[in-house]
Amino acid sequence: MSNLTSSTENRTMLVRWLQSIKNINWGRALVILVPTLWLGVFFFIPFLVVFKISLAETAIAIPPYSSLLEWNPDEAYATFKITLGNYLFLFESRFYLDAYLSSIRIASISTFFALLLGFPIAYMIARSSANMRNILLALVILPFWTSFLLRVYAWMGFLKKNGVINEFLMGMGIIDEPLVMLQTDFAVYIGIVYTYLPFMILPLYTTLEKMDLTLLEAAEDLGAKPYQSFFLVTLPLAMPGIIAGCLLVFIPAVGEFVIPALLGGSDTLMIGRVLWDEFFLNRDWPMASAVAILMLIVLVGPIMFMRSRNKQEEA
Amino acid sequence: MIKRQSFWLSGSALFGFIFLYAPIISLIIYSFNESKLVTVWSGWSIKWYVSLFQNEQIINAALLSFKVAAISATLAVILGTMAGFVLSRMGRFRGKTLLSGWVTAPLVMPDVITGLSLLLLFVAMESMFGWPAGRGEGTIIIAHTTFCLAYVAVVVQSRLASLDETLEEAAMDLGAKPSTLFFLITLPLIAPALISGWLLSFTLSLDDLVIASFVSGPGNSTLPMVIFSKVRLGVTPEINALATLMILVVAVAVVAAIVIMRKQNKYTS
Repeated sequence: MSNLTSSTENRTMLVRWLQSIKNINWGRALVILVPTLWLGVFFFIPFLVVFKISLAETAIAIPPYSSLLEWNPDEAYATFKITLGNYLFLFESRFYLDAYLSSIRIASISTFFALLLGFPIAYMIARSSANMRNILLALVILPFWTSFLLRVYAWMGFLKKNGVINEFLMGMGIIDEPLVMLQTDFAVYIGIVYTYLPFMILPLYTTLEKMDLTLLEAAEDLGAKPYQSFFLVTLPLAMPGIIAGCLLVFIPAVGEFVIPALLGGSDTLMIGRVLWDEFFLNRDWPMASAVAILMLIVLVGPIMFMRSRNKQEEA
Repeated sequence: MIKRQSFWLSGSALFGFIFLYAPIISLIIYSFNESKLVTVWSGWSIKWYVSLFQNEQIINAALLSFKVAAISATLAVILGTMAGFVLSRMGRFRGKTLLSGWVTAPLVMPDVITGLSLLLLFVAMESMFGWPAGRGEGTIIIAHTTFCLAYVAVVVQSRLASLDETLEEAAMDLGAKPSTLFFLITLPLIAPALISGWLLSFTLSLDDLVIASFVSGPGNSTLPMVIFSKVRLGVTPEINALATLMILVVAVAVVAAIVIMRKQNKYTS
């Protein structure tokens, strides 16, 4: 008797299961396909197009590049023309190489200072009371919501020759002549640290908040001085946050355009700016594409590294 | 332990907060300066706000930007919710790694690359299929939707990860169809994430200069594009006034959003 009911139960469950499979599949496929297709068409394929055009020559035409495949109707053959000239030129001319190196240098220095400034803030937030913590976190995030362009602009008014800082320092009698700060690499560092500071603080805060404070007490009981327990306990435990924060600052900073354009001098060489000028001023689309592809190659390492770390954390 | 560190710690944290807010506050104050020379104080005045609202170029650009931001944010929430849901609730399927890569990569992709690659795609598509015919509002919306989608997906994913799955399991056990389950159970639970995703997308779109410069056509200048072309020539009091308005609007909206979400969390959990 009980066997019979359980077998009918089994059968109804099976039927229901089959029905639900039938129901799910279409909906499921659609839900998966729509965002995948969108990102495929508007995120992935564009890179293939950029790669293709980086192998073309610039031409006086609309659009201003040569096509790789040319069909010759009279002779009925197609010529396939690609050129590595753009890439060769990238490596031959010191200009582009210098721009890449100087982007990496500027991004690294700024990342370091963002870490130096962000760590104490994240530490303080993680150690304050729950109510205070929410307020401080909101204070860190709030500037991030306001316009990035306008925040960079605010620094122009701050750093310029008769700007707020110079007026203040001269008013205090600390300096006699205004300091030249705007249109220097120094201003670019400040701009990057300022803009990307929340990206540094948030991952740092997440790891510091999870930290087991009894470990610090243990270190103290065992006779560690505060700086020792900081370098031997806190810092190693905060490492995942430090790495995540540094990557989140470094990667976008390498390709930054607005900050060097507004705060940097004419000699502040950054690759994002070079790409922009190549495209908007020289109208050399193939060259701009080659610059973009090489920038991607430079960034693929850090991006893959970040992704693999995210996966480890998920697992 | 904590007390001993607190002196240098709160000192440098305080410096950090001053660093974050001082430029914004000085910008707000100088927007009320009467003098045309931005840093010479000559009394309070709202004349730059008046002249701002008489500037047709800025008004038109602002209207375009708001429209683009509202449409892109809405599209991004729909597509991004799908992507986030697929990645965290649909188990394994072919192409999952690919999709999760495509979702996270736009977050760190430099704007110049995203902008250039989308423009070249639009140009190639136009010459192959005749669509999109010309560039402007439509192409900016597509571009903004694409990078905002990624932010929404991440927000939705983390909200779903923190959710108790037993509620969804219970609904399934009670015979809810997947679509019913999603609309009656999952969607209300992730609503706060959708609101913050929409707001984030809206501000990101409103803020974007580089991508819009690449993919927009002649005569379609968004607000950041107009600001950038003016700011390149130096600091102007009119832009100070505009910046103040935008910063205040965003600050009020964010504080309101935080309050709303807190209230909601109180009721749901």
